[in-house]
Amino acid sequence: MTHLSKSPWILHYDASSCNGCDIEVLACLTPLYDVERFGIINTGNPKHADMLVITGGINEQNRAVVKNLFDQMPDPKVVVAVGICACTGGVFRECYNIAGGVDCIIPVDVYVPGCAARPESIIDGIVRALSVLEEKKAKLVKPERAGSGGER
Amino acid sequence: MIMVEYALLFIVLAPFVGGLVAGIDRKLTARMQGRVGPPLLQPFYDVGKLFQKEQIVVTPSQHFYILSYLVFIVASGALFFAGGDLLLVIFAFTLAHIFLVLGAYSSYSPYSFIGAERELIQIIAYEPMIILAAVGMYMVTKSFFVWEIMASSLPLILYLPGVFLGFLMVLTIKLRKSPFDLSTSHHAHQEIVKGVTTEFSGPMLARVEIAHWYENVFLLGFIYLFFAWNPVYGIIAIIVAYLLEILIDNTFSRGTWKFTLKSAWIIAGMMGLVNLGVLYYLSGVVPV
Repeated sequence: MTHLSKSPWILHYDASSCNGCDIEVLACLTPLYDVERFGIINTGNPKHADMLVITGGINEQNRAVVKNLFDQMPDPKVVVAVGICACTGGVFRECYNIAGGVDCIIPVDVYVPGCAARPESIIDGIVRALSVLEEKKAKLVKPERAGSGGER
Repeated sequence: MIMVEYALLFIVLAPFVGGLVAGIDRKLTARMQGRVGPPLLQPFYDVGKLFQKEQIVVTPSQHFYILSYLVFIVASGALFFAGGDLLLVIFAFTLAHIFLVLGAYSSYSPYSFIGAERELIQIIAYEPMIILAAVGMYMVTKSFFVWEIMASSLPLILYLPGVFLGFLMVLTIKLRKSPFDLSTSHHAHQEIVKGVTTEFSGPMLARVEIAHWYENVFLLGFIYLFFAWNPVYGIIAIIVAYLLEILIDNTFSRGTWKFTLKSAWIIAGMMGLVNLGVLYYLSGVVPV
């Protein structure tokens, strides 16, 4: 285990959620759940983030935004789709403005279903995402540049 | 007498002390908010992780500016602990922050720009008070050299209580604590994303963080100077001052830049100036 899984910094983005899942994500930061116990911090800056937590389905207006946020995050990075709308589009799937779940724009690593997803399951999803983060890091390190971060 | 060994000790040990202080800070902050908080060594985990991340270079000059920021912070701290000239220490310290501002200005990001502007305002706000502290120490000990101030048997704090209180106020700015954490913050104030550090990622952000640890250790050393005649009081003063900063951090929200400037110039600066005036007026009466 490296330091990566000890300090995952989160970027939370509300694609087109009803705000139910967003409140549950923020509830994880409160004294009751206190995700900072695991070194998890809500950064609000894609360039500092390791994990993109998205709530709500993707609509036509924020396709580019989600793609841009994902591209701005330095590798290794993981995407966690929180709530059934983020996973598949949910009840809004058939709406004319909804493109679908987050995975129609960017690759999603962990799906956290629920409407709204409970804080316990969100924390569980993030902890599962940590092992994905470690896997991605292992793939990222090339033999000749081991030990240092890549550059682009 | 300049003591190079203390400078080397500072260069080697300060990141560990600074990181540990940051860890204690986060733990205490969490407890004050009724949370369990992260492990004590969390700041080291964070920096370790940042070094493992990809480095996104927005503009190549960032490298130079951030490295210069780190080097000049280390140099000013090392010069301070070696017992060097206080004025030179302060100039090197200011130069370091100018490099940070230039680093933030070098990328075309509005958040980074606002952060850089606010960082400049912070420098404008705290600089006079830090110079006043050095001048006050000179008035009492007749020397700008840290080793001579350290060797002085005079209780500086009794001569410079106003200067000390003023210094504590600007220390809040320097430690990036609320209400003066305008340019960037350890907390989740997201009004300007991450301000001055917005465009730094991975190893570059780790260097900024390590520089901040060096800086904090240097500033806590500065508090010690006021109590140099008695090491026990010195250590107690450092602990009390830092606990006070954590308490202030947790009881205030982020203020405006005008509030920062007024607090630093009118309140802190006045306390310092009045203190120096009284000291000058009484220079024939009290043993200086």
